[in-house]
Amino acid sequence: MNVAKRTFDAVIVGAGGAGLRAALQLSEAGLKTAVLTKVFPTRSHTVAAQGGVAASLGNSTEDNWHWHMYDTVKGSDWLGDQDAIEFMCKKANEVVIELEHYGMPFDRTDNGKIYQRPFGGHSMNYGQAPVMRSCAAADRTGHAMLHALYQRNVRANTQFFVEWMALDLIRDADGDVLGVTAMEMETGEVSIFHAKATIFATGGAGRIYYSSTNAFINTGDGVGMAARAGIPLEDMEFWQFHPTGVAGAGVLITEGVRGEGGILRNAQGERFMERYAPNLKDLASRDVVSRAMTTEINEGRGCGPDKDHVLLDITHLAPDTIMKRLPGIREIAIQFAGVDPIKAPIPVVPTCHYQMGGIPTNYKGQVVVPKDGNPNSPVAGFYAAGECACASVHGANRLGTNSLLDLLVFGKSAGETVVEDFQSGQLKLKPLPADAADVSLARLARLDGQTNGESVFDVGLEMRRTMQKHAGVFRFDNLLKEGVQKIGEVAERAKRTEIKDKSKVWNVARMEALELDNLIEVARATMVSAEARKESRGAHVRDDAPDTAENPNGRDDANWLKHTLWYSEGDRLDYKPVNLKPLSDDVEPIALAKRTY
Amino acid sequence: MTKRTVQFKIYRYDPDKDEKPYMQDISVELEPSDKKLLDALVRLRAKDDSMSFRRSCREGVCGSDAMNINGKNGLACLTDVDSLQQPITLRPLPGLPVIRDLIVDMTQFFKQYHSIKPYLVNNDPPPERERLQSPEDREELNGLYECILCACCSTSCPSFWWNPDKFVGPAGLLAAYRFLADTRDQDTGARLDNLEDPYRLFRCHTIMNCVDVCPKGLNPTRAIGKIKDMMVRRAI
Repeated sequence: MNVAKRTFDAVIVGAGGAGLRAALQLSEAGLKTAVLTKVFPTRSHTVAAQGGVAASLGNSTEDNWHWHMYDTVKGSDWLGDQDAIEFMCKKANEVVIELEHYGMPFDRTDNGKIYQRPFGGHSMNYGQAPVMRSCAAADRTGHAMLHALYQRNVRANTQFFVEWMALDLIRDADGDVLGVTAMEMETGEVSIFHAKATIFATGGAGRIYYSSTNAFINTGDGVGMAARAGIPLEDMEFWQFHPTGVAGAGVLITEGVRGEGGILRNAQGERFMERYAPNLKDLASRDVVSRAMTTEINEGRGCGPDKDHVLLDITHLAPDTIMKRLPGIREIAIQFAGVDPIKAPIPVVPTCHYQMGGIPTNYKGQVVVPKDGNPNSPVAGFYAAGECACASVHGANRLGTNSLLDLLVFGKSAGETVVEDFQSGQLKLKPLPADAADVSLARLARLDGQTNGESVFDVGLEMRRTMQKHAGVFRFDNLLKEGVQKIGEVAERAKRTEIKDKSKVWNVARMEALELDNLIEVARATMVSAEARKESRGAHVRDDAPDTAENPNGRDDANWLKHTLWYSEGDRLDYKPVNLKPLSDDVEPIALAKRTY
Repeated sequence: MTKRTVQFKIYRYDPDKDEKPYMQDISVELEPSDKKLLDALVRLRAKDDSMSFRRSCREGVCGSDAMNINGKNGLACLTDVDSLQQPITLRPLPGLPVIRDLIVDMTQFFKQYHSIKPYLVNNDPPPERERLQSPEDREELNGLYECILCACCSTSCPSFWWNPDKFVGPAGLLAAYRFLADTRDQDTGARLDNLEDPYRLFRCHTIMNCVDVCPKGLNPTRAIGKIKDMMVRRAI
């Protein structure tokens, strides 16, 4: 196959929030930039974020970045790196105000400022009471944000390659990153995008689970590409199960519903969160609420004929408030649950939502790997931001509204770092290896030539079912061990997938087969990392690591206060220390403590 | 819901192998959990992986899976499959070039969207904090900013079918009014100039197909009327 070569200063893969924010930085600095995206930018999954973006603007209640930082470290169950967390919380006001200046239609307070609502795990004065920190545009914050960022990129004349799917990362013999190979959906043609800098902003891989709030496109493409190219993946055992996915459909119901006063109830009508989190109740951290719900269901207090869900009740709120602050949620409840939340509660279950781990980066957006004794040595030419990256600000559990903040802060930061490295002359256009496209072409040739293989649909389904059963909200040693073996078998089957459709033009089957390769990397990383971590922390809770005096909540800091690094080759595991030291002297390290809400 | 078999009639065209498009009769057995048309299409793809359509969020916010469903444009993910008369006839969005099956080339649609300068223009130095906007002024943007660019409206509009290169179309005009209505925007004059032309705005003949099909319940015709009002007010 003939492979065209295109050369840029920088190539960004992904045009969701992080990719668009990074692109803006590069376009405005005059770098020749290509943004590759497999969907039109406003179709990226940032569009589905609902409840808001965190910033300690203090528009309605007193607030400051120290409190936000404390909440984030505590939310992460101390697995987050405190330098990156300080950086993010300090930058929050700046990036949110910028977004407002770009035209984002935030809701407003009576005095004209950005409207803020309470959200899970966000508190004032170090955990004392809920704080209003989530900056919101009704319950469509992600949509409003993504469109505002796209619009600003239209103004900046950013060059997009729309409906191009990136296939593989190109590294040379030194391990430096030189760009990616990509396929144009409309023609099936493969090109090399050769660049001095490559930024991955490819989002998460929530589609490894059977029940997920995530879009079809959330297949971990960047994470898979990085893993195949020998980059380790960090903390992949930590997946967020959002407490409120619509039972059966999986569609997200924002935590903002509880921020506006919504209450979770079991079959007896009890507000059960009072028992699990006496202080923040329904607004406790997501991992805590999801476990409480699962416990209620497991102990027979679930609702419905199969007792398999709980109810999210907002019938006590004024219909005006629902229409004004939660109009999208009302539409979703009517469409996907068949109930009008003004009149009846919404059936909900914990649903896979967010990938806390990812490609290891520092707070500047540089991808970092262990090398020559340094656990965080930057990979030349390679940057990542947003859900595909692990900075790590979310640690073992992300707080709601910190994901939109993450993509703004680190999208911008990665962009700034690339611009600095470019302007200082540090970034060079290294010559492409002769075999730069060979891996991608071999993958495509394998798919075209495969006979007697299995369908992508069947193998994908088996992967999703395996992940759901073996690496869910609660984890069990025997299930994890079995899961490692099963996911290994599924990975072998994925090597022999067959597509019937061989067309060059917009071949969805080919795209899904290539996406499955990426999902499989993520699924293996998750299962293997989870099996190995013999403690409970944040979203990773094991039956054999219970709450004891020595290990509060089952957390074993003596042995497991460290980041996992998983290498695809041979399922090898490595670990690196958590950075407990903030970036500046403006703040003391947040000391280890037992996490309660 | 129980298992049931649903009949389809679907527009098929793969330029790589088909000389011309054809309508394919095909049926699929749905699982009890399959509720939306998109669920049925995913089920169909498991049976025939060459069936091509765009999809992503499956909850009506990304705008990918717009198509012509029994003669009316809509989103597959927000359409109850059991509400549709069978055989369910699916065609690509009308008026745009077909790339393959239900996938259309949206270049012209986005070109029109881009032509209205869909971004906030404010040349004052950015203040340290947010620009203030009263809740009442912010409410003016409701019904405008929620557009998901699915193109259901523009591709149901006869004026857009006739002049896709000259008439901005309902989606682009809704976006134009979204910025005209924003108290933070300072480009009102230039925005109106940009639309002052026999085609760009005035080809809207209030047929209102756009309002009828919008999956988000938005009203481009009303927004277009408001732009026309602004033009008139400016002229007198």
